[in-house]
Amino acid sequence: MKTLTALALLLVAAAGHAETPQAITRQYADAAPAGFVPAARRGEALFRQNFAINDKMPSCTACHTDHPKNPGRHAVTGKTIRPLAVVANGERFSDPAKVEKWFGRNCREVVGRACTPGEKADFVAYMNEVR
Amino acid sequence: MKALIFALLAAFTVPALADRLPLPTDTPASYRNECGSCHLAYPPALLAAGDWKRLLARLSDHYGSDAAVDAAQQREIAAFLERHAGNPGPAGNPPRITRTARFVRKHDEIPARFWRDPRVRSPANCEACHTRAGEGRFSEHEIGIAELKE
Repeated sequence: MKTLTALALLLVAAAGHAETPQAITRQYADAAPAGFVPAARRGEALFRQNFAINDKMPSCTACHTDHPKNPGRHAVTGKTIRPLAVVANGERFSDPAKVEKWFGRNCREVVGRACTPGEKADFVAYMNEVR
Repeated sequence: MKALIFALLAAFTVPALADRLPLPTDTPASYRNECGSCHLAYPPALLAAGDWKRLLARLSDHYGSDAAVDAAQQREIAAFLERHAGNPGPAGNPPRITRTARFVRKHDEIPARFWRDPRVRSPANCEACHTRAGEGRFSEHEIGIAELKE
């Protein structure tokens, strides 16, 4: 039985490190300065902020629309993007490597710099809580 | 007579086959995930091997976007694309599928206003018109936007 449990745990660990949005928020919060508490409200402000660095993608909303529950559309290619809000797309914020990859690309392109761990924690918290 | 039937059959079946470009069975997950998240995971036959190579050499500036992938995935995607590359004609520099003779010939009857249509937005957006492009189906008989049919 013990072997079976160990095997099951191993399988879960091997399956692309599935995580919950809460756990991902916590991981980012842990990497932020001491005393940081994630806030969905700040995450929403980040989502809506007009950074105006990139003509075609001045803000997150350029591709992801004004509400994260909506399917989005790539501002250049027109390809449909599944919703960011966890309530509308259960696969969101469940794969830490994928989350980190997209923060990496999109922060550089839209915000014009890398996002801080605190900003990432706020953003994931908002996407997890928004209804 | 037999020859004529064969010729007729060939004339009707060849164009239909050419409009089917399903992704090869050995398509790596990295190609679908990395390339296919921002645009259709284009059939590799739509560019020549040399053009895929040029395009992959500068993924960090991919038509204005940063599409860089890690080194292992880059090798895997490059090998796959070069293995299944086609011969659609020169694609310019940077290479664009839409500049190849094959693409131009297939779309020469499409008026400019169709490309500008907000539902289309970009010629990179195959699925706007070819609703089954995700399955590799590009037939002109399967165009999704009725008023854009010619």
